[in-house]
Amino acid sequence: MSKIVAAAAIRGANKLVKEADDFLTKAIKEKGKDQKVEFPDTAFYLPMAYALLGAEVKVLGDIVPVLDEAKSLLRKEPTEHLWLPFLGDTLDSGMAALLSEEIIVALRYLYEQEPQSDCNGFFSDTILRTLGIKLVDGRMPGFAAILGAAPDNKTAVEIVREFQQRNILVFVGSSTNGKSIIDQLMEEKVQMGWDNYIVPYGRDTVSGIYPLNWAIRGALTFGGHKKGEALKCLTYCKDRVFAFGLTLGEVDDVKYATGAGAINMGFPIIADTDIPEIRPTGICTYEHLVKQLDYKKIVPTCIEVRGVKVKLAKIPIPVSFAAAFEGEVVRKEQMYIQFGGKYAPGFEYLRMKDGSEVEDGRIEVVGPEIDDVKEGDALPLGILVEVAGRKMQKDFEPIIERQLHMFINEAMGIWHMGQRNLNWLRISKDAQKKGFKIKHFGTIIHACIHDVFGEIADKVQVTLHTKKEDVEKVMAQAQKAYNFRDERVAGMTDESVDTFYTCTLCQSFAPTHVCIVKPERLGLCGAYNWMDCKASFEINPTGPNQPVKKGRVIDAVKGQWEGINNIVQQKSNKTIERFNAYTIMEDPETGCGCFECVIALVPEANGFMVVNREFSGETPVGMTFSTLAGSVGGGVQTPGFMGVGRLYMVSKKFIPADGGLKRIVWMSKELKEALGEKLKRRAEEEGVPDLIDKIADENDAITAEELVKYLEKVNHPVLGMPPLM
Amino acid sequence: MKCDDRTIDKASRKMLEITEKENISTAWDRFDALQPQCGFGKLGICCRICTMGPCRIDPFGEGPDRGVCGATADIIVARNLIRMIAGGAAAHSDHGRDIAHTLLMTAEGKTKGYEIKDEKKLKTLAKELGIKTDGRKKNEIAKDVAETLFAEFGQQHGELKFVQRAPEPRKKIWRELGIMPRGIDREIVEVMHRTHIGVDNDAKHLIMHGLRTSIGDGWGGSMIATELSDVMFGSPKPVRSMVNLGVLKEDEVNLVVHGHEPTLSDVIVAAAQDKELLKLAKDNGAKGINLAGICCTANEILMRHGIHIAGNFLQQELAIATGAVDLMLVDVQCIMPAIGQVASCYHTKVISTSPKAKFPNVEHIQFSEEEALPIAKKIVKMAVENFKNRNKKRIVIPEETTDMVAGFTAENVSTILGGKYRATYRPLNDAIISGRLRGAAAIVGCNNTKIQHDYGHVEMSKELLKNDVILVTTGCSAIADAKAGLLDSEKALEYCGKGLREICDTVGIPPVLHLGSCVDISRILMVLTNMVKEGGLGEDISDMPIAGAAPEWMSEKAVSIGFYVIASGAFTVLNPSLPVLGSKEVSELVYDKIKDLVGANFVFEADPVKGAQLMIEHMNKKRKELKLRPMMYTK
Repeated sequence: MSKIVAAAAIRGANKLVKEADDFLTKAIKEKGKDQKVEFPDTAFYLPMAYALLGAEVKVLGDIVPVLDEAKSLLRKEPTEHLWLPFLGDTLDSGMAALLSEEIIVALRYLYEQEPQSDCNGFFSDTILRTLGIKLVDGRMPGFAAILGAAPDNKTAVEIVREFQQRNILVFVGSSTNGKSIIDQLMEEKVQMGWDNYIVPYGRDTVSGIYPLNWAIRGALTFGGHKKGEALKCLTYCKDRVFAFGLTLGEVDDVKYATGAGAINMGFPIIADTDIPEIRPTGICTYEHLVKQLDYKKIVPTCIEVRGVKVKLAKIPIPVSFAAAFEGEVVRKEQMYIQFGGKYAPGFEYLRMKDGSEVEDGRIEVVGPEIDDVKEGDALPLGILVEVAGRKMQKDFEPIIERQLHMFINEAMGIWHMGQRNLNWLRISKDAQKKGFKIKHFGTIIHACIHDVFGEIADKVQVTLHTKKEDVEKVMAQAQKAYNFRDERVAGMTDESVDTFYTCTLCQSFAPTHVCIVKPERLGLCGAYNWMDCKASFEINPTGPNQPVKKGRVIDAVKGQWEGINNIVQQKSNKTIERFNAYTIMEDPETGCGCFECVIALVPEANGFMVVNREFSGETPVGMTFSTLAGSVGGGVQTPGFMGVGRLYMVSKKFIPADGGLKRIVWMSKELKEALGEKLKRRAEEEGVPDLIDKIADENDAITAEELVKYLEKVNHPVLGMPPLM
Repeated sequence: MKCDDRTIDKASRKMLEITEKENISTAWDRFDALQPQCGFGKLGICCRICTMGPCRIDPFGEGPDRGVCGATADIIVARNLIRMIAGGAAAHSDHGRDIAHTLLMTAEGKTKGYEIKDEKKLKTLAKELGIKTDGRKKNEIAKDVAETLFAEFGQQHGELKFVQRAPEPRKKIWRELGIMPRGIDREIVEVMHRTHIGVDNDAKHLIMHGLRTSIGDGWGGSMIATELSDVMFGSPKPVRSMVNLGVLKEDEVNLVVHGHEPTLSDVIVAAAQDKELLKLAKDNGAKGINLAGICCTANEILMRHGIHIAGNFLQQELAIATGAVDLMLVDVQCIMPAIGQVASCYHTKVISTSPKAKFPNVEHIQFSEEEALPIAKKIVKMAVENFKNRNKKRIVIPEETTDMVAGFTAENVSTILGGKYRATYRPLNDAIISGRLRGAAAIVGCNNTKIQHDYGHVEMSKELLKNDVILVTTGCSAIADAKAGLLDSEKALEYCGKGLREICDTVGIPPVLHLGSCVDISRILMVLTNMVKEGGLGEDISDMPIAGAAPEWMSEKAVSIGFYVIASGAFTVLNPSLPVLGSKEVSELVYDKIKDLVGANFVFEADPVKGAQLMIEHMNKKRKELKLRPMMYTK
């Protein structure tokens, strides 16, 4: 029961505050109030006190108010019977513990008692800048602070190695019964240091403050929060710094108190002893205090409890697997075999099934395997993924299916492109040599779905069809599903719903950009339509896709709503005031950088040109796609220019305020062809059935002059339209 | 009726045996003597509004179907009902006005015995109300706060200040339905006008105005009462105490406060610690001065000082019958006119104090803020001096007492859950989202001789706890649950489902949280609003898996509360029924169709366990709509 934890943490905090108080009294007595006190190489004074209280501790006297705050946070232990609420008290004690520990180690520096032998001591700002950024932007999945000692050296090494394999930075220190994990690792000749991701901080729990007052500096440096903004700094740590504590051996009062402080920062504690657990969530993202007595499971438990996003290190395939390989291309000359594309039929289709119909981990190749074909061949490939789960919904199918692209690409020497029945895959010669088989596509998909969608998917099975007739047969079913998905949105209009969705997936690199995804306008990357966002919200209610009520209509023609403006202001950090959904000319929607196409005003032609990402040539505005993208992206509003998803071109809500589809004067041939029938249908609806032919492509014009001539020649409807500017 | 059928409370049963033996008439006896009670009144179809009547509609459809003026059953029922709302809203709001008055006088330095105890809350309120705080003294700020909120009562147009705290979608509903209150008093006056003969004769139109009036109570008058009481007397903190008649002491002066307002009783707490008075008590042969309370005055001083509670509404006469109450001080609301008569059988002095409330056979010492402390001391002195007049042979104090923890507020819940630095409702919302808690319910309201005393509250609470529903409570309901041990942070755990128990274990709270007196139901509105704001449980109160109940209600205040609670979007179970069953239109509206307007409706259910199950079903439905996770440990 957590009352025991509360009592221990409160006792521990009292002990630490007293220790800090005694030490400070001694130091002031011996060295005076004006004695300088500092940690090496930091601009943040005593970082925890600076972040939480805004205190700039420069001399011993400055510590007094910090210690006073710690004292004010001390609470009484819960009574044996008829206790008063103790969770808040426990958390307050944790803060008292952290403030006191920081004071103690600072005073130790003054007395040259830190860093301890073989230990790093205080983590400098330099380390913060080099490694901290990796922690907060996700390149390094997280860090572990280990306190105590493992039951034996072998276990200590195994635990640390397991973290290393997952790229998780490990801080080791503190002791249990006089033994520290630092010495266990040294005895086993484990190399330590920043380069090895294993950093010893000190042999007592008090020095456990180092990783914590390092983490809090992340909130100040990378989160942009100011000194004294305690709540913001603490929640920043919770949301962005994936740290956790692992106690090995008995958990004493001081460890409990320090743990309570860590929990305030959103860092859960995992113990290898039979401690009382605190599983309900709320201060940390997931459980607060968890025990795991099985050393084999202790590292996965840590990862799960903190919600560390680790790519499964051990997908059982013969090639490496990591995000780093996502962008790797397998060229024709490196290729051993390919599937789909224009060489053979192919598809990927994920569907929901009842739990009884799915056998988790069943991966079956129906038809020839890689060994049955010769180098340079092309095989048909139908990837049928079947998922069962208590929380699985039909709406989630396309969301998970779309991730197959990323999953498969992360395998080294494997390349994937496209989606649905337009997919194209290659296995490289190297991968084949290492023993990569077609069935391994299934292995990857199975592991990754569990990893990424573990909340939803309980069971996953994969069937890989490589016989043409099978592929075609199943593809027909898949096609039905694709059509169903498209039509679900196709039948909807912006007016028929009162809720749109935000997409802030790209704010990591365009911090002020927000997509407003509407039934008649999909996200500019082309990947998420309104229905997908709805499902995404259900999968992850705190994720990037949030429902927004449209609210009062401000301008029905230009497509401006009060609710949308409010959210745009909020999500763009107040840099963008309003969006018009239906015009490019005034307050247009912004772009991140992922847009499939750029629409640009051609002033001479009184219309717009559209160029898709894949088109590398010049365009009538005198810029290539990539030059255009530079001025449209980054979350800025540029009237006359806009990034969009391909399918937006064939929406009935395609810039209606500017005159709609008839304003399009130029489009790359490739795009024209890709939109094909859909574009033709829309042209008919607009009353200009031959509009497609009247829209110029690169063969008709690549300068504005040529374009105007062409438009006159074909009598493009734009000639009769009112001026845009 | 036998004693055991009258109450489930053992202490009360013992006292009822004594009153029976001594031939002292209690509410139960009078209730029995009044049987059968008027069926027309119960159904709400008796109209006495003009002197052409009284008119009674034949509920069986055989006799008259209209009053002299032509009013149908629907019109009569609706008029009667909203007049009850006006009565309740007036009571709560007048309470709020009195507190604002006390604050104003204190700010002006005109009172004795008061000071502004929660300056932090004063400043928070000032900020909310747009009142400057920088560089100003607390009395200056308090004066502006008091005047600003005073103005809310008489405001004639616009919207109330505290109503703005409600979730946006809720306010939109109120605006669109035209039930946003314009001023607190204005709506009450308009009820009286509309229900005068020959004014508003459309049942639904009348009820809609009743909703508006009630919102002016919950989000207006009551909320002002709560907020300013916190400023004046200090915001409550979790506190231990004891409840039931056993808190009366044989060897100490027992002074029992009863009624609803904290203004005088808070000063009585100080006066009872006066050294001279304590010495006087000793001189009179008493070991000390024991303060205890009944009803909501008790709840007010329990929340802030941990003062023991002697009992709830139906125990007021029983307390006197112990023969050990030396003085009972009463202020306003829910004080039976019978107490003077009961007290006349004992040495007990009953003192009325409010300028608004006098009682037969009761001495009146008028209270005024200017002389609060001297008056309080005078009354305590009377109690002390009366100690020696006890007839020791007649003293019977039941031994029953139960431990309890009280003192929860909408504000301190966040610190209890997250401490000073991470104060948050997140753990509560998370607990509901993750399926540890099914939802939250508020059980509130009175005692009623029609229902076995405390049975409705306690049985309903137990059924909900078993099903992982966390409870908040106030008023006489809180006292009932406290007596049953449900507010004991340790012993109440045995009644909890596994998920609820896990939450209580983690936080160290009892599964039933005592939020104060009946005006403090405004705290519950703020808890719900904070839960919406915390996120993950929908956008409005009506989206959340929450419910309310008044399983033993009797007063007009309860009707007003009920209406502002459903107007705020909380499904509410009642027992007994509202007096509306004589009108098909009004019954259908309040028990069903009103949910299409405000997202919540009343349900009448006489069996508290079945009532709890209806609340659980409602929560399950809301969980499903929000797509929350399945319950973690149960279905």
